[in-house]
Amino acid sequence: MYTLSNRLKMASIVLIILGLLGVSYGFWDSHHYKTTEDVKELLASEHHEGGHGEAHESTGHDAAAAHGDDQHADDHAVVESHADDEHVEEGHKMSHEEHVLHQIHNRPWSALYVAAFFFFMIALGVLAFYAVQYAAQAGWSPVLFRVMESITAYVLPGAIIVLLIAVASGTIGHYNLFIWMDPEVVEHDKIIQGKAGYLNLTWFVVRGLIFISGWALYRHFSRKFSLAQDNADDNKNFKRNFRISAAFLVFYIYTESMMSWDWIMSVDPHWFSTLFGWYVFASMFVSGITVIALMTIYLKSKGLLEFVNDSHIHDLAKFMFGISIFWTYLWFSQFMLIWYSNIPEEVTYFVTRIEDYNLPFFGMVVMNFVFPLLILMNSDYKRVNWFVVMAGIVILCGHYMDVFNMIMPATVGDRWFIGIPELGSICLFAGLFLLVVFNALSKAPLLAKRNPFIKESEQFHY
Amino acid sequence: MEASKVIHAIYNDDDVLMSAVKKVKAEKHHIEEIYTPFPVHGLDKAMGLAPTRIAITSFMYGCVGLTVAIVMMNFIMIKDWPQDIGGKPSFSYIENMPAFVPIMFEMTVFFAAHLMVITFYLRSRMWPFKKAENPDIRTTDDHFLMEVPVHNNEKALTELLTQTGAVEIKVIDKEDTH
Repeated sequence: MYTLSNRLKMASIVLIILGLLGVSYGFWDSHHYKTTEDVKELLASEHHEGGHGEAHESTGHDAAAAHGDDQHADDHAVVESHADDEHVEEGHKMSHEEHVLHQIHNRPWSALYVAAFFFFMIALGVLAFYAVQYAAQAGWSPVLFRVMESITAYVLPGAIIVLLIAVASGTIGHYNLFIWMDPEVVEHDKIIQGKAGYLNLTWFVVRGLIFISGWALYRHFSRKFSLAQDNADDNKNFKRNFRISAAFLVFYIYTESMMSWDWIMSVDPHWFSTLFGWYVFASMFVSGITVIALMTIYLKSKGLLEFVNDSHIHDLAKFMFGISIFWTYLWFSQFMLIWYSNIPEEVTYFVTRIEDYNLPFFGMVVMNFVFPLLILMNSDYKRVNWFVVMAGIVILCGHYMDVFNMIMPATVGDRWFIGIPELGSICLFAGLFLLVVFNALSKAPLLAKRNPFIKESEQFHY
Repeated sequence: MEASKVIHAIYNDDDVLMSAVKKVKAEKHHIEEIYTPFPVHGLDKAMGLAPTRIAITSFMYGCVGLTVAIVMMNFIMIKDWPQDIGGKPSFSYIENMPAFVPIMFEMTVFFAAHLMVITFYLRSRMWPFKKAENPDIRTTDDHFLMEVPVHNNEKALTELLTQTGAVEIKVIDKEDTH
């Protein structure tokens, strides 16, 4: 049995409090700028500092295009003129100052949303990994089941928080994340009008609730059967788990994909990518596996999980290595097709990222691909704990940047920074995540002792 | 070669063979070679063989493949006959790099895989028209053969090997062909 230590509890509560302070500071700070006059002042001061935002001051931007697709009037005449063609006739112009004001107001919302999604995605990735273990009747992994089950305890609260932030941004907030929630924008935007049958607040909430209830139900029953199996004399509960896991995986791969369109891709409502769901899946899968590995190593260092041996760590590290490459494959597939065809309405997505997000965009590829590739390539290094931990931390930072790169360009444009709102949000959800996960871990024995594969798993040797 | 006399001990089960190997190693005898009809998991470790270095060669071959792909695509698509790639006629390798990534990847894999297999064959002293070194034809079917060199301890060795469950023991005078 694991008991939640007071130190860990205190640490996570401190993180939550620090996070709340950071998040509140972010909101308070962004509301310093109330009118376009304040923004004019800001832009003028920035202009003095480093010529930021020249050429922008006189350019008019409409909300939809401005919501991420612009900022490069100078070099990217093609993209810009396309955006203009499309929208000028439709009117609804917004001055550059007003647009910057929106971006400033969007930042704390986006920071909160990115961190909330990142921690939720870890839990959902682990849930999928766990279901795969059951459906495949894997023999190596049952010793890790209780670790996985405790991480998946965060799926329900995490998903609800993400959905709440999304809905709040379109009700309490001023459409800070999803411009398609803004009726005024939709009125002037033919493309969003065409998607309104799918992209509307009611349907968004209904779909979100369907996804969440499906995931949470699976999590609830698989945990229940897993605990019941501990004291059973037959394998009935295991078989039930096998069946619901197989069914869940089918449900998951559809809902995960749709969730990624709803909760992430729709921040750029004009842009779409057909492999986006897979891309987000790869990100959540590798982050989830990494957290399983980190948590296992942590618990082992506390003298718990004595039945977990080097070979289990080795296998987790192989997954971290393999899925990192899988992520890169999808990242590159998405990038290359759009880069190659060079269609203005598609390529604008990457133009924004390469111009305004150069460091995070390419830095993320280094952290998510080059670093784990080189560190974890050698077979022996996969069982050296501190190597795995080091690679794991870099992978997690890299995947935070991945979510950051998916949301921020659409909401704050070139006004991004990793500052107090972002770090505060990370602290807030990290604290919550730790509290929920380790609390769930303390609720059951650490070994799923009556799992039919537990002997094989304990003796697993590579 | 100093040992011109060897013992061939034949087993008919891989588990028996494994425990025999452990016993022979524990008695500090040298095992020259073992012939098996299929790969026996963990046998190399039990025999005390040094770990394979083929992964290192594979990495180096991969690097060679990557380099070949870069040089090749640079010559073909940029230098020799400059191509307009995707309507972006910049004639610069680095700007057109995304188009070459699939080739770079495939060539890396191609070189690593093929050269690794060839290295493995050569390292195992296998090449076309090579006469089989296999001392007993039954090891290609269902028997396992352990070859132990004799250093004036024929009797003790025979006794030990019989104890380990060998179904057949032969002492061979090896003609020094090497």
